[in-house]
Amino acid sequence: MKFGVVIFPGSNCDRDAYYAVRDVLRQPVEYIWHQTTDVSGFDCIILPGGFSYGDYLRTGAVAKFSPVMSAIQEFADNGGRVLGICNGFQILCEAGMLPGALITNVGLRFICKYVHLRVENDSTEFTHVCESGQVLRIPIAHHGGNYYCDPNTLKRLESDNRVLLRYCDPAGKVNEAANPNGSLNNIAGIINDRGNVAGMMPHPERAVESLLGSEDGTLILQSIVERLS
Amino acid sequence: MAGVSEPGSRTVENTAPIAPEVYREMGLSDEEYAKVCEVLGRHPTYTEVGMFAVMWSEHCGYKFSRPILRLFKKYREAIDGAGLENAGVIDIGGGYGIVMKMESHNHPSAVEPFQGAATGVGGILRDIFTMGARPIACLDSLRFGPLDDARNRYLFEHVVGGIAFYGNCVGVPTVAGEVYFEDCYSGNCLVNVMSVGIMKHEDIAFARAEGPGNPVMLVGSRTGRDGIHGATFASVELSEESESRRSNVQMGDPFTEKLLIEATLEALKTGHIVGIQDMGAAGITCSTCETSAKAGTGMKIDCRKVPLRETGMSPYEIMLSESQERMLAIVKKGKDDEVAKVFKKWGLQAVVIGEVTDDGFVRVYDGDDLVAKVPAKSLADDAPTYYLETEEPRYLAEVQNYDLSHIREPEDYNEALLTLLASPSIASKEWVYEQYDHMVQTNTVVLPGSDAAVLRIRETPKGIAIVTDCNGRYCYLDPFVGAQIAVAEAARNLACSGARPVGVTDCLNFGNPEKPEAFWQFKRAVEGLAEACEFFDAPVVSGNVSFYNETPEMSIYPTPVIGMLGVLDDIEKRCTSEFKNEGEIIVMLSGSRGDDEPVCELESLGGSEYLKTIHGIVAGRPPKLDLDREKRVHQTVLELIAKGLISSAHDCSDGGLAVALAESCILGGIGAEVQLLANCAPASALFAETQSRIIVSLPTSGLKALREIAESHQVEPNVLGRTKSDRLVMSVNDVELLNVPVSELHAAWRGSIASKMKESGL
Repeated sequence: MKFGVVIFPGSNCDRDAYYAVRDVLRQPVEYIWHQTTDVSGFDCIILPGGFSYGDYLRTGAVAKFSPVMSAIQEFADNGGRVLGICNGFQILCEAGMLPGALITNVGLRFICKYVHLRVENDSTEFTHVCESGQVLRIPIAHHGGNYYCDPNTLKRLESDNRVLLRYCDPAGKVNEAANPNGSLNNIAGIINDRGNVAGMMPHPERAVESLLGSEDGTLILQSIVERLS
Repeated sequence: MAGVSEPGSRTVENTAPIAPEVYREMGLSDEEYAKVCEVLGRHPTYTEVGMFAVMWSEHCGYKFSRPILRLFKKYREAIDGAGLENAGVIDIGGGYGIVMKMESHNHPSAVEPFQGAATGVGGILRDIFTMGARPIACLDSLRFGPLDDARNRYLFEHVVGGIAFYGNCVGVPTVAGEVYFEDCYSGNCLVNVMSVGIMKHEDIAFARAEGPGNPVMLVGSRTGRDGIHGATFASVELSEESESRRSNVQMGDPFTEKLLIEATLEALKTGHIVGIQDMGAAGITCSTCETSAKAGTGMKIDCRKVPLRETGMSPYEIMLSESQERMLAIVKKGKDDEVAKVFKKWGLQAVVIGEVTDDGFVRVYDGDDLVAKVPAKSLADDAPTYYLETEEPRYLAEVQNYDLSHIREPEDYNEALLTLLASPSIASKEWVYEQYDHMVQTNTVVLPGSDAAVLRIRETPKGIAIVTDCNGRYCYLDPFVGAQIAVAEAARNLACSGARPVGVTDCLNFGNPEKPEAFWQFKRAVEGLAEACEFFDAPVVSGNVSFYNETPEMSIYPTPVIGMLGVLDDIEKRCTSEFKNEGEIIVMLSGSRGDDEPVCELESLGGSEYLKTIHGIVAGRPPKLDLDREKRVHQTVLELIAKGLISSAHDCSDGGLAVALAESCILGGIGAEVQLLANCAPASALFAETQSRIIVSLPTSGLKALREIAESHQVEPNVLGRTKSDRLVMSVNDVELLNVPVSELHAAWRGSIASKMKESGL
């Protein structure tokens, strides 16, 4: 199977995602330039973190017009796996490929730190090597990670079991104190209707080696590999 | 047209004299103006006088500091020999070199903290990637006035915000730094930004305009009116008027910088770029004349070809603009299209504005009109050098001879410790570093909060450790010793992480050098730095001088900040500062020669955080420093880490032994029980900042081996106690003085800065 990592102008976690796939998962991986309109040959496309186009406007608001995005939309429509991490998640929401939006953190400041995440649904393409209720330790680094959607959408997300990950305390309790950015229902990651497009604010690619302090992010990436291989 | 009303000749023919008030306003003295006329053999045009004023400012020309900087060995050798570029690369083995540099953005940050700090980050990053290195880390050394003042909180909030805005967006992790709060920095905050880059040795790029006929390209952002005479602004004291200098502050665009990093590194790989220099202070003026001067060539450019952000800019404005995110590239003839293609791929402009010539002159055309014709060397290298007077400051004798014997013991030692832990200079800097992306690029192995940041070097077993250091209060009390302690403490921090020092960059922040007392402080501090850096085999490879850090009310403490780089040959052999397990032995490694030597001396309360925070006194002499003793302690801890004998290592510095132990407890969530024997007042035993001490913890089984290793380095291990349960308990001469739950220590230390910033209601 082959991974692709998109480079938008201003992406800055593209290399990290690339290394995680190549050096830790040991899977084939290639960069995808934002002006490309052909994404054939890939099995999973990662939209990495960063500040696409500087994000001087709303996060992801410019990137969604990149030529590559229509190709990725088509790729997803045909069942291709897409994982948006941080800025990638923001772009997927802006592009309408995932519901809701990511607004400015309640504290109005950028936050970079390790957080705990509870796996909510272990039957997805992105989490199936985890177990529901399992607590993962993965870093966040964002200024706009506050997940928001309208009440109906939220209800549907919850009833369809499409919340992948929630911010929690080390014991797995989901509460206000463990919510770093004000996200509705402590949501840290979600999946689309069809189950092939996922977005998450935490950075799994930063938690793939014990040297870096955690290997829990590997579980997310490994889930994709195992299902597709 | 702005140019129409400019007070001076436009072209080089029949130039008229420039009025004294015009060149003085630009910062040139009457003698310097006369020298300009002598160099040119005529009066300068308006554009030329602006170019000389900015290049001969202290900020660009180092006209005051140069004679003193020669004390740095590498600087001396480089200036007399092959130039500064090669000297700046530190070989870490495996074919890799590290480049690093630190720079101040004090004055811009004092008037416009957000953009001032942001562009500080941008400028230092460009210094790194124009050398062909990929930036892998940033560090920030910051100084503010006390947080109970609203203006200081505003500056602190927005400086940190500006660094976060820029650093996070460009994707370079901000991994370490320091923040101190002292009265003397009210109104003149210090913002020193350091960047570290990595390259393969063969990829080094040079800032040389080689090859007459080669095209000269301007790449990156358009040129606007921002930052004109920024370097001149940096070369005067701050005053009431400084607020009106807001237009001297540049605006940062980190998105363009990110593109510029990628595009530049990619363009360098084409092999078509013969020379490249970033545009910081003095913009196009500086980059054209420095690159030509270095190569012994000349250059002609047409400023009408420079892409502009606004209409009607005069040659003077174009030559002096400090618009950010721009570079000058000298390209092999006929290859400019290929180079431009790379920049265009990244959405950046790359325009040919002129070519290299062979006669040593920088010629600036405005279309067909020659508006400046200046010998490159005279601008770049012939800034007048001044040998300024020095005089020992009058305050020194008074503060040094201050009688500390009447200092009372605190009524409650627990309270004193909690107060110290909550002092913003000691308290957790989590409020700061959580706003910085410190993990991007996935190399950060030891995150902010330990003694030094540790990064892995991909595809090698190695790591690097980085730290910044300077205790300005020590330098105020004795600039020579204070500067040496900065070096010793930085090296100690590296040793505690498992790294040996290999190089230093510095950022020397002082008051007005034209005042003999301030210049004396500068000279003594540089003497101290130079000696200590040579002693630790950590040569100063780059640096920056920032003078005029004063307001009419006060001058800053002399603050020679150093950034030190260390290497870990095997990154698996590293150490951090928190206690790891209960029931381990706590040992203090100090350079003392035997048990009979006291663990403290009264005089070392001098300059301490305890004296300042608890008693409101800044006086005494800074702690003594014996470099040889210091080094033996480092060698001991490095060997202990390499042999895997110890669980933690933490340097004993601000707040003394009690604070060092409290920090290891807080970070590890484990208590400790410690007994001290001391022949001095208990407060000194607990809080004196005696140098050359490292606290380690280890399993009992390793104690014998530790003793042997310590003794082989003539270091006496003092067994202090054990890690235990959830309280820090300390007794001195069998009297229990401290007994505090770790949770309470944690609360005082961790929440202090955040609560002070919240109260402010910003």
